[in-house]
Amino acid sequence: MSEATSANHDSHANPTGWRRYVYSTNHKDIGTMYLVFAIITGIIGGALSGFMRWELAEPGIQIFHGLASMVYGFEGDAAIDGGKQMFNVFTTAHGLIMVFFMVMPALIGGFGNWFVPIMIGAPDMAFPRMNNISFWLLPFAFALLLMSLFFEGAPGAYGAGVGWTVYAPLSTTGSPGPAVDFAILSLHLAGASSILGAINFITTIFNMRAPGMTMHKMPLFPWSILVTVFLLLLSLPVLAGAITMLLTDRNFGTTFFSPEGGGDPILYQHLFWFFGHPEVYVLILPAFGIVSHIVSTFSKKPIFGYLGMVYAMIAIGFVGFVVWAHHMYTTGLSLDVQRYFVAATMVIAVPTGVKIFSWLATMWGGSITFRTPMLWALGFIFLFTIGGVTGVVLANAGADRALHDTYYVVAHFHYTMSLGATFGVFAGWYYWYPKMFGHMYSEFWANIHFWLMFVGVNTIFFPQHFLGLAGMPRRYIDYPDAYAFWNNVSSIGYLITLVGVVAFLWVMLEAWMKKRVAGDNPWGEGATTLEWTLSSPPPFHQFETLPRIK
Amino acid sequence: MCLEKINTRFAPRDSTSGGKPLQWYPKGEPVSRNTTSPNTGHNAMLSIATGLLAFTAALFPSAALTQEGQPADRQIGLQDSVTPIMDSIIVFHNGILMWIISAIVLFVTLLMIYIMFRYNARANPTPSKTTHNVAIEILWTVAPIVILIVIAVPSFGVLADQETIPDGERKYLGANIFSFGDVEMPAPELTIKATGVQWNWEYDYVDYDGADYSSFMLNDEERLAEKPSEPRLLATDFDLVIPVDTTVRVQVTATDVIHAFAVPSFGIKIDAVPGRLNETWFNARKTGMFYGQCSELCGKDHAFMPISVRVVSKEEFATWIEAVQANGVAEAASVLSPII
Repeated sequence: MSEATSANHDSHANPTGWRRYVYSTNHKDIGTMYLVFAIITGIIGGALSGFMRWELAEPGIQIFHGLASMVYGFEGDAAIDGGKQMFNVFTTAHGLIMVFFMVMPALIGGFGNWFVPIMIGAPDMAFPRMNNISFWLLPFAFALLLMSLFFEGAPGAYGAGVGWTVYAPLSTTGSPGPAVDFAILSLHLAGASSILGAINFITTIFNMRAPGMTMHKMPLFPWSILVTVFLLLLSLPVLAGAITMLLTDRNFGTTFFSPEGGGDPILYQHLFWFFGHPEVYVLILPAFGIVSHIVSTFSKKPIFGYLGMVYAMIAIGFVGFVVWAHHMYTTGLSLDVQRYFVAATMVIAVPTGVKIFSWLATMWGGSITFRTPMLWALGFIFLFTIGGVTGVVLANAGADRALHDTYYVVAHFHYTMSLGATFGVFAGWYYWYPKMFGHMYSEFWANIHFWLMFVGVNTIFFPQHFLGLAGMPRRYIDYPDAYAFWNNVSSIGYLITLVGVVAFLWVMLEAWMKKRVAGDNPWGEGATTLEWTLSSPPPFHQFETLPRIK
Repeated sequence: MCLEKINTRFAPRDSTSGGKPLQWYPKGEPVSRNTTSPNTGHNAMLSIATGLLAFTAALFPSAALTQEGQPADRQIGLQDSVTPIMDSIIVFHNGILMWIISAIVLFVTLLMIYIMFRYNARANPTPSKTTHNVAIEILWTVAPIVILIVIAVPSFGVLADQETIPDGERKYLGANIFSFGDVEMPAPELTIKATGVQWNWEYDYVDYDGADYSSFMLNDEERLAEKPSEPRLLATDFDLVIPVDTTVRVQVTATDVIHAFAVPSFGIKIDAVPGRLNETWFNARKTGMFYGQCSELCGKDHAFMPISVRVVSKEEFATWIEAVQANGVAEAASVLSPII
């Protein structure tokens, strides 16, 4: 009887072929789909930035007029104008893709789906079907964004060249064509996907922890995801409201953001950044969680100051909601408003410092092995420290006056995101790859991947601090000749990074071809969380008998 | 009082002495300047602090070459200052922020390197099981708070100066950012309205009837024909002409999308928002050309709507503005002495 039930259960739960993925309700399959999706979008988003760095390698307009005539069929002078707009479209698409379709799917959808249920001792997510729609909304959202590239945006040009911030009125009266509508609808779908995912994670973490796993015993990665999804749940509806107002301003004659109808362009910025600032913590917090596990595992020591780490993340999340206007110091905010946002923003440095020092203290007295994930985690700590301190500089409205909207800001947020969050993604990928897929990659090639990326991204972004200090504004297709040298260095850094990405693909291919068996726990005694008690890859449904946590 | 002393040595360069304490000195001049400083009667700590501040200015140079009002090749620091506002930004950034953030990065890096050598598996085969140390956790929470307060004090002063239009009585910090202000600023004597348009700037001298005109970037052919000495992408057909040593109120708005009016050497950047009139101010102490660029994404030609400001003597300005009123800006250009 019980055997029959079980067989029946399995046949119901294990569809094969394409049905296994399209109909999937399994958190691990969905997690894998998220990760594959993130690799694909990451390559597309990275390619877009490649064209930008290629263009910026020298002063003058080198490639975008040619690109515009190839892609859109512009000719002569029209190609130059089309190319200028295309550059803005590329910066926009690069930003949106990397934020919404690469880092978030990888960290939250990918690793979150895979390891939150396992680490809290749950068989699956609380709402498996909702998990399916959370994922499947994303490819359609991404398709809408890609489609926007081929519709008219600004008059006589293609694509949404409005920046990832989609500021009105550039996104309303400034770009009357349908491209911006496509981009907005894309954000709506991606936002709906994230809100559903957030609800799923919150419910799972609050209700499905294994017996004995109290909140204060829960590992730091589920904690980081919990804080992250709360940020998403509370901030994304505000974005949805803001971009819906954009949509009605554009199409239905409302004037929320148009002064001629009593609206205000600055209102849009407040709404956007009320979402946008928590969003940047959404990108980095899961990486904090991953790095904590890796540092602890490879130091063979429990995490130092666990409670401090947890409450630092909660504090970062909380304060993250009350600092948004530090993105708006030059909009004409009153002195008192700027004073408040300076003070509030600087407060964030305190819990962030706690995280950094706690990681160092975890390593202190440890017995450290420098396996591939540990290299990425150490790289993360170093780079995030640099990105963090430039954040302290920018927090000061007085200094930001000189740096706002320059390459200094670009350098800052790439040190926290391109180098921080993305290093977190790779750290997690190499840490959990043997667990997820059951085989081991070549650590030699994976380390080469690390060093190429580490040198490459630093060469791209460190000189951008210089450009920003010297005054080079962001989102410029061409720049005064004085900025040529550091732009050139930065573009060389892109080439190094590109080789790094090729190395990454090679690591994957090599691991897939060799299929070295990884074993249940390739990392040894330091790896103490529940996923290492399972087989590699874990069974289709784990924990049919719930583990008991002492 | 003591803090004031530190910073008086950092006084902005004044045009009479020709001193340029905030500039890049390949021969280490700031150090010698410091040792020959007249304030020798001070205690050692202050001398060290002053020396460090001066040294920083050399470490994070403002410009690689003495090219004012525009970026220089391979420049790695802020542009040179010609206003008290930019003086304070430079001292705040180069003299305080850069020191603190460099020290933090250095500290974390050295700690990591030490840990990697001391606690790798070979050097330390048995890991400790320490998970708590209340004292150190309190320390690393409190120490950053102290550092942030040290940053915040001058930060608020620098910010307040930027946001407060002079009334003739309020004193400004200038380079002396730990003081309560000792730079006198006259109330505005000239008001400019700058309007951002896709894709050029329009300037209106609101105190002078008929003095308003558009300023477009010169493309390369035009630039080589008309203003060959001026830099590519920064030269415009008609500069914004401003008298030296005059407090200028700048009102900024836009007609279509958001732009931003910025001149790095003046330390100003303010968004031009349709439907709003934003305000900022500057008082330039040097004549010459000063360039800025639109600093808010505004569409296709965002990179091609520079702000070029020509600061001239008060007499020259008076002649020029009269000529503009009488004959328009194109004719008036001839009354200005040519740019070398």
